[in-house]
Order: sequence, then C-alpha cells, then structure tokens
Amino acid sequence: MNAAPVADGDFAIRAHGLTRRFGDLLAVDRVDLAVPRAHVYGFLGPNGSGKSTTIRMLCGLLLPTAGQIEVLGLRIPQQAEALRLRIGYMTQRFALFEDLTVRENLEFLAAVQGVPRHDTRRRIDELLAQFDFTDRAGQLAGTMSGGQKQRLALAGAVIHKPELLFLDEPTSAVDPESRRDFWEKLFDLADAGTTLLISTHYMDEAERCHRLAILDHGRLVADGTPAELTGALAGRSLLVHAAQPRRAQQLLTKIDGVRSVAQIGNSLRVLCDDGGAAIERIRAGLRQAGLTAEVEPVAPNLEDVFVASTARHAPAAAESAA
Amino acid sequence: MKWRRLFAVMLKELRQLRRDRITLAMILGIPIVQLVLFGYAINLNLRGLAAGIADEANTAASRELVMDMVASGVIAPRLAATSPAQLTDALRRGRISLGVVVPPDFEARRFDGREAVQVLVDGSDTVVQSAAVQLAQLPLDSRPTANLAPLLQSPGQISVVSFYNPQRRSAVNIVPGLVGVILTMTMVLFTGVAIVRERERGNMELLIATPISRSELMVGKVTPYVGIGLVQTTVVLMLGAWLFHVPIAGSVADVYATAMLLILANLSLGLLISTRAQSQFQAMQMTFFVFLPSILLSGFMFPFAGMPRVAQWISEVLPLTHFLRLIRGIMLRGASLAELWPDALALLAFSAVMMTAAILRFHKRLD
Repeated sequence: MNAAPVADGDFAIRAHGLTRRFGDLLAVDRVDLAVPRAHVYGFLGPNGSGKSTTIRMLCGLLLPTAGQIEVLGLRIPQQAEALRLRIGYMTQRFALFEDLTVRENLEFLAAVQGVPRHDTRRRIDELLAQFDFTDRAGQLAGTMSGGQKQRLALAGAVIHKPELLFLDEPTSAVDPESRRDFWEKLFDLADAGTTLLISTHYMDEAERCHRLAILDHGRLVADGTPAELTGALAGRSLLVHAAQPRRAQQLLTKIDGVRSVAQIGNSLRVLCDDGGAAIERIRAGLRQAGLTAEVEPVAPNLEDVFVASTARHAPAAAESAA
Repeated sequence: MKWRRLFAVMLKELRQLRRDRITLAMILGIPIVQLVLFGYAINLNLRGLAAGIADEANTAASRELVMDMVASGVIAPRLAATSPAQLTDALRRGRISLGVVVPPDFEARRFDGREAVQVLVDGSDTVVQSAAVQLAQLPLDSRPTANLAPLLQSPGQISVVSFYNPQRRSAVNIVPGLVGVILTMTMVLFTGVAIVRERERGNMELLIATPISRSELMVGKVTPYVGIGLVQTTVVLMLGAWLFHVPIAGSVADVYATAMLLILANLSLGLLISTRAQSQFQAMQMTFFVFLPSILLSGFMFPFAGMPRVAQWISEVLPLTHFLRLIRGIMLRGASLAELWPDALALLAFSAVMMTAAILRFHKRLD
C-alpha cells in the first residue's frame, strides 16, 4: 500500500531497503518507510519483529547492513551526530538516572541537549508543570511508579523541543489510565508540529496513530492509515454466535477460505480470505454438523489486519529467519 | 569539547556519588583499614616467634647462648624440651615455629669448630626462615675471652648499616608505597565500573542518542575521582605521619604531583577496562587481573632487583612500579620530582596511551 499523497519534502523519515543482520538472524528485512511530518506514526508488531532494531537504525545507534536512510533531510548513519541535536529518543527501558531527582535528571538533560543556559530554569519549570511533577521535583526517579517514570522519560526526551521523537514501546510497563494520559501528551506534541514514531504491540494504541506500519519477522507487511488498513478487509470479518463455541471453532478452522478463528467470550471472530462466498460455506458447514449458530458480518479491526497480513507472509518469514 | 556538557556529566557523577553511601564509606575506609593493616600487622621484622629450646648440654656457656637468643627478642621461649624429637613434634603440631637444640657435646663441638647448635625452623613460612638466619648469625659466645672457631665467628663481624630507614621500621617503607597501592585499587575499580554501570542500568542507550561527545563523557566521568584520589592520598599521608611517624623528606607539592600522575594513569586504565567489560562483574575481574601483578611485581612487596628479567619487563609497564620509585625517592630520600623525570614521563605516557585507547574504543553506537 502506498503512502497518502504527501509532498516529497514533508517526510520526516524515508528509508529504502533497510536491512539489519545479527549473525544468522535477519532482524530487519528490506523495509521501506515514509513517515510524514507532524504525524503520529506507529510500528505495530509482536516482540522480536524488528521494531526496536529499526528505530535504533533510524536514529543512528545501529549501523544498517544494507539500505538508505534519510531522517530530517540528513543521511544516516553518516550525519548521525547532526541528527542527535534535533531528535528525542525514549528507550524501551527507563534510561534516566534512578539515583537522581526529577529536577536533577532534567537539569542534566537540558545541559547535554544544549537548552540555552538562561532558558533552562524556565523550560524545566514548564515541563514539571506540563507533566504533573511540580510537587515531585525533589523525588528520586527510582522511587516513582512505572507511569510516572514514563512521563519523566518523555519530559526528558522533549526538553530541547525536538522535531522528531522516537518512542520505543513507551507504555509497555504502564497501567491503562496512565497510558491514556500518556497518549494525550503525545497528541499535544504532534499538534505542536513534532513528528512521532512510536512502536507498540497494543492494538488499541496502534488504532490511535495517524498512520502505521505492521512489522512481522523483520518485514514490513502492511502500512497505511488505520482506516485504510481495516477498510481493505471489508466483508472478510465475521462474528459467529454458537451454542457450543469450542466445537464450532474446531469445525470452522477446517473450512476452506477461513484464515483464522478466535474465541471472544461466547462468540467466535472469523477472518476469511474473501467476503461473500465464505459466509455461505460457513453457514452450510455449521448446519451439516448440526450446530446451531448465527453468522453476521462485522467491521474489521486492526487485529484482523494484523492476522491477515502476518499469516500471508508467515512461511516466507520463517524461511528467512531460519 | 563543550564545558557545559562536561560540567553536567561531572555534576551528575558527584550527585550520584553523594547518594551512594557505601562507595563514599569505602573512599575513606579503604585507606584507613589498609594503612592500619599494613602498618601494624605486616611487620617484616619478626619479633617474639614461639620457640622451644632443648638444652641437652646445660653448661654455663650453653645457658648463656640461649639467654642471648631470647634477649635478641626474635624468639619467645614457650617450651623447655628434653629432646630434639619433642621439638620436631611441637613444630609439626604448630605449637612452636622455631626450635633450638643444644647437643650434649656442645662444649666439645664448640672447641673443635664443628656445628654446635641446631635451629629447627618451620619452613612453611619464609619469613620465619629468614628470622632463623638472623638468629644463626649470633656469635656463639659474646664474651671477648671466649675461644671461638674462626668460621663461626665471621657472621658476627659483618655490620649492616642501613640508610634512610636506620631503625628498619617497615612502616616507613610501606606507607609511601601504600598510597600507590590504594590508588591503584580504588581508582581503577571506580572508573572500571563507571561506563559499564551505565550500560547495565540502561542509561547508555539514552546518553549515546544525545549530542554529548565521547571525550565529554569520558573526561566528565573520571574528573570527580581525581579529587577523591587526592583525598585518599591525604588520609594515608596524615595517618602515616601520625601513627607511624613516616617523614616526608622531599617537598609536599612533589608528593601530590606524583600522586596526581598515578591517579591519571589509573583512571585512564579503568576507563579502558570499562569500555571492554560487558558487566560490572567482568570489570572487577579485570581490575584484579591488573591489581595483583601491581602488588607483586611493582616492588611494593618484593624487591624489584631480585626479580627475573621477564618479571622486570612486566613491572616496567605497571604504573605502580614507577610511582613507587618516585614516591620513595621524594618521601624517603628527599629527591625532587624533576630529578626523577624518567618515571614521571613513563606515567604520563601510560595515561596518554590508555586514555586515547579508551576514547577510540568507545563508540556512540550499540553494535
């Protein structure tokens, strides 16, 4: 799928044929990327799908085995040092100093990131207010909760107002309420013109992105807006209400054209290879087996997109990973 | 190199150090404990060795000899035995470390010039052995009228004159060297774990994604430890003067300049270790890999001159060797640092090589 019409200079990140090998393991396999400016761009994929490796190559922390990268108009890794002044990077693991206080951490980052000296105090106070740390400025970072640490890490990553922010699974250790809160902050940043590249394995987070790319076994298997991605599956998602869902599930997996069956409460969510024809085959199959069931088409969601795009590539991906 | 970023790293290190109570305690604890241990416990001039004496002759002359031995202070009589067998038994069981046997025909042997007294030694301890040699040098009869065999007489006629430490107190030799040993241990260890710790705690991935430069990070991280090294030097020198009356014959400024040279050498070595090690545990192992040869080959414990050629080559590479030559020269012989320039130059060269290697080895990348 191609990117939506965006003028050439409006991309924050462009990558072509991006590849990274660790010994025998092909961690990232010929990935092409185009991330528009001022967007929240998501990387969706399971653990080990190459999300972190890709992000690290894009900010110049890892050398690509092959491929071209251009970030904010700079060639990476050659111009990585120049890029570091203009990006923020929030690591997967909390990377600020646990034995420094909130304010001390921000003071250190302000100096290192080159926030003008006369501006430092005002900028830190501003961040403390914005990220709700005003009454915790003197608390050691190590004594805070997971959600608070993530907020502090984000505050630290944007202290120098970067044009582009990389976030590597920022919410993996955070409760749902903190996550919602965290995403509000991300949209505030995007509104102010910052481009955000965020990796996640949560479907609900992926749905919030302006655009997203689905990675599986190091390959980019789908990309587009969430609506484009789900729209492409129109008519292929069904919901089966059966009296005996486990038995119905066993039966359905054997029917031609059924890609996957997942139980959700008392219902089964079925993804088919094509719309229309499959629904009749399923109804017939259930009737023959003597199972009473109701079949209705539903709107596809990102999970369906994920299953549809990863299953198609699974055999090839398994080969290349071996 | 930007001063602001450099100071930010230094300030961060100091703030972290301030909250690390155990490390803070070690900064002062290590010099104090080592000084007291080496100064008091490790006394190479042995006194009061537990001894057994079997005087089978029991003549006036033999009793006189035994009393001379006891009066030397080297031995303390614990056991009056009746036979040599009783002595070897006590020796084996560890009750005594030294036995003196005076045979029944002592008078006749002494007159003939044959071996008249036997000293049995616990050879499992080399220091005790050397003490026994000291004992054997006692003249068989200190009275001038005695009729002694010429062979046995000769050892007593050699007089030893010791310069710079006339009372042969170990502390005077050990304390200046101890400054170097403590700096070698703590400085290499502190910086050895400095970079690895950030890597282990996950701080490094963030740091290398910032505009901070390699040299800003390296220099900023080690500079606070220079101050710590100078504090440790001061503690050892002051305690040494107070507890053991160790003099400083040369200039105090030269002593500190020398300490500074060793601190720089050790900090840059620690940094190099830190860029190599994958974990703090590995960094500590590497530190001890360097520390042990430093202690053994530098001349701190065993005299440099007595070492085989290969060991001498190795010790020329160790910063502690050069430091010991400098500090003993300045503190004990009253030499000036300028007079001892080759060793000072060696330390500077060592620092420059190690620091360059460390900065070159450290990449702002994860692979």
